[in-house]
Amino acid sequence: MGNDAVFRVDGLRKSFGHIEVLGGVSLELHAGEVTVLMGANGAGKSTLVKIISGVYERGGGTMSLAGPDFAHKAFAPNTPAEAIRAGVVTVHQNINDGVVADLDVATNLTLDRLSGRGAPFLFNPGRVRREAKAVADRMGLVIDLKARISDLSLADRQMVAIARAMAHQPKVLILDEPTSSLSSAEADRLFALLDRLREQGVAILYISHRMSDIRRLADRIVSMRDGVISGVFDQKPLDYEGAVNAMLGRKIHLDRIVARNSAKAVLTVDGLRIAEGARPFSLTLGDGEVVAVTGLVGVGKTALAETLFGVRRPLAGTMTMNGRPYAPETAGEAIAAGVFLVAKDRATSGIVGDFNIERNVSLPFLKRTSRLGVLRRRIERATARRQIRELGIVCRSEKDEMAALSGGNQQKVMVARWMSQAAKLFILDEPFQGVDISARRDIAAKLRASANGRATLLFVTELDEALETADRILVMSEQTIVGEHRNADIDLERLLAEVAGGPLHSAA
Amino acid sequence: MTLRDYAIRYGFILLLFGLVAYFAIAADGFVSPQSAVFIFQSVAITGVLALGVTATLVVGGFDLSIGSVATSAMMAAAYVMVVLEQNALVAVIVCLLIGAVVGLINGWLIVYMRVPDLLATLGMMFLLVGLQRIPTEGRSIATGMTMPDGSVANGKFSDAFLALGRHRFDFFIPNLIPVSVVVLLVLAALIWFFLEYTRFGRMMYAVGSNERAAELAGAPVKAYKIWAYIISGVFASIGGILLAARLGRGDIASGNNLLLDAVAAALIGYAVLGAAKPNAFGTAVGALFVGILLQGLTMMNAPYYTQDFVKGVVLVVALVFTFALSGRGRN
Repeated sequence: MGNDAVFRVDGLRKSFGHIEVLGGVSLELHAGEVTVLMGANGAGKSTLVKIISGVYERGGGTMSLAGPDFAHKAFAPNTPAEAIRAGVVTVHQNINDGVVADLDVATNLTLDRLSGRGAPFLFNPGRVRREAKAVADRMGLVIDLKARISDLSLADRQMVAIARAMAHQPKVLILDEPTSSLSSAEADRLFALLDRLREQGVAILYISHRMSDIRRLADRIVSMRDGVISGVFDQKPLDYEGAVNAMLGRKIHLDRIVARNSAKAVLTVDGLRIAEGARPFSLTLGDGEVVAVTGLVGVGKTALAETLFGVRRPLAGTMTMNGRPYAPETAGEAIAAGVFLVAKDRATSGIVGDFNIERNVSLPFLKRTSRLGVLRRRIERATARRQIRELGIVCRSEKDEMAALSGGNQQKVMVARWMSQAAKLFILDEPFQGVDISARRDIAAKLRASANGRATLLFVTELDEALETADRILVMSEQTIVGEHRNADIDLERLLAEVAGGPLHSAA
Repeated sequence: MTLRDYAIRYGFILLLFGLVAYFAIAADGFVSPQSAVFIFQSVAITGVLALGVTATLVVGGFDLSIGSVATSAMMAAAYVMVVLEQNALVAVIVCLLIGAVVGLINGWLIVYMRVPDLLATLGMMFLLVGLQRIPTEGRSIATGMTMPDGSVANGKFSDAFLALGRHRFDFFIPNLIPVSVVVLLVLAALIWFFLEYTRFGRMMYAVGSNERAAELAGAPVKAYKIWAYIISGVFASIGGILLAARLGRGDIASGNNLLLDAVAAALIGYAVLGAAKPNAFGTAVGALFVGILLQGLTMMNAPYYTQDFVKGVVLVVALVFTFALSGRGRN
């Protein structure tokens, strides 16, 4: 394991408009080492990767790469191709970005050479196959070179994408959440490949949320939070909880919440299993209660939200709403039963871009806003105006286009939509994503103030958000619920240990 | 509002008025009730088709089969009356059924078989163009024709059916307004009301703008999409009925321009009032615009073969209005 840094990032800065995404990031990568980069959504990981891989221009700071004589040279790629030529290769999160689905494996493995400068004009299948075989052999990749990519499993595609990247014989390999769509057996094959690359002396930057990946691979862990490095962990044994803590942070004044207890159960879930091989779990949500489910990305929070909302079927278990069996088959059925969901990622699953505020608010409740199918626009307008007032949405009028609103106000419209009618169970999946602090406070306050008469369930990755808003906090890990805390005198060490998914430690 | 906003919103309407004013001065007899009615009549059939295709555009789809649905309906109407010797009502019902079934199949192909909309309806177009020729072995249908088996078809277009194409209502001036124009206006009003003022129309727009958001708001997205194609198919078959009634025979060669003209009208409609989205009012104005332009050019003795070129220019200009100027095409 080498100790000299192969790749160095120093004081990297980046802003989009007035928003600073990276506030001076410094990072070193060593040959033959896997450095894991952890960070919540919006911490700046992707921006960092995109600057290193030449997609974005950096706003400030320097990067340098060691040459063959170990002397560092400035590294400032203007395009992804330049980064690759210099020896820094990135495999992006979306597997299909790394391969061409309609071509065969051999062509994919040699694609960069085929399209590069000095490539022969004529396509010689025999030569392509020979070159591809050399690339595959170097990687220890056993795969049918004639197979079409679209016929391969996701894991095989990922392997091909990495092998293709490695054909450049890079010094630095960056992997952005490579296991997010792989099964655990498939992930094991990937890890074996990475072990091999590590032995070959490649410096690997591995971005992931999955604690099992991190435990398996990491030589070092770097945590990021709010655009800066918030912790570097390289002492063996690695301090995983410390890394999670540094990534999630906690700087919130806990005195703002007076945790309530609920007497009356609204939703009872019994023996629910949301993924193959996951442990079943049960939970009860009470009237007037705000419950937050927290956990890292990919642990099943959205799967649970979608199961409760009828978009996804549970593998096992039963649900009961106010004493009656509840098994919604569609979102429409869930809504009819009084279960509303503010879905994650409002741009793709919430906002109707062609509609103004008023029409976005009324969308799910058009039946109640119409008579014999004909819309009652006066009621629609009055509802929108009332909701704009209630949530303090900053706009000129209810006719404003959604694109004219800030992220926080767009999210308020989404919340206003689902609060325009009374819910029995109100679910919000990552409601504070891309929302400024004041809008976040407004929404949280509104949720708590209006909580009576329904159960409220929030899914948040950021611990702060859970601590700020909830009466009770549930922790998810590995597609199941692993912990429960009343939001008063919380044992944060235990909570973080549960989030990190490891065995419980009583002391840190 | 800036000047640019005004240009986007009222540009096309101004262009329309400008065009009318120009022809009024330049072409003798352009401003007369008869001329107006003639324009309406010339755009009635394509207008009806365009209103149908608007429904599929609203849900984010497209229907290339409308032209062939119309001609198939025309051939079916002729076949039912001339060969099978049935009355007008049966012919109309058969036509509407054909439209509904084709729309249903289109919707099924797109929604459940996951065939991309353009390809599914293109395939359906080829299928129908071929199918409508099979019963008569490629011949046009008219009273007294010889059938493939040697018999002679003795049925004829009933007067009631022909009236759909030839009767004119009195409107201040006797025998002024043809039935097809009334049908166009009624259907335009219906589809406009449906899309703008009912919850079903609103949901269709939501489906077209953000399918996932519509689904998570509880909408049966698949059903809405299929209904859009059924509407399109039925409207196209109404166009076919009007065509058959106007021609009085099942003409294998007619209706070639229906698809292009209808699609052009619907796409021009995007630019009307800066809507930047499919809408019934815009579609009707778009159809009218093309009609006025062609009528004016004809009266100014522009040669017939320049017509398609002029239509193409208008369409391209309208699309520039919609996508480049308003900047909404990027969303």
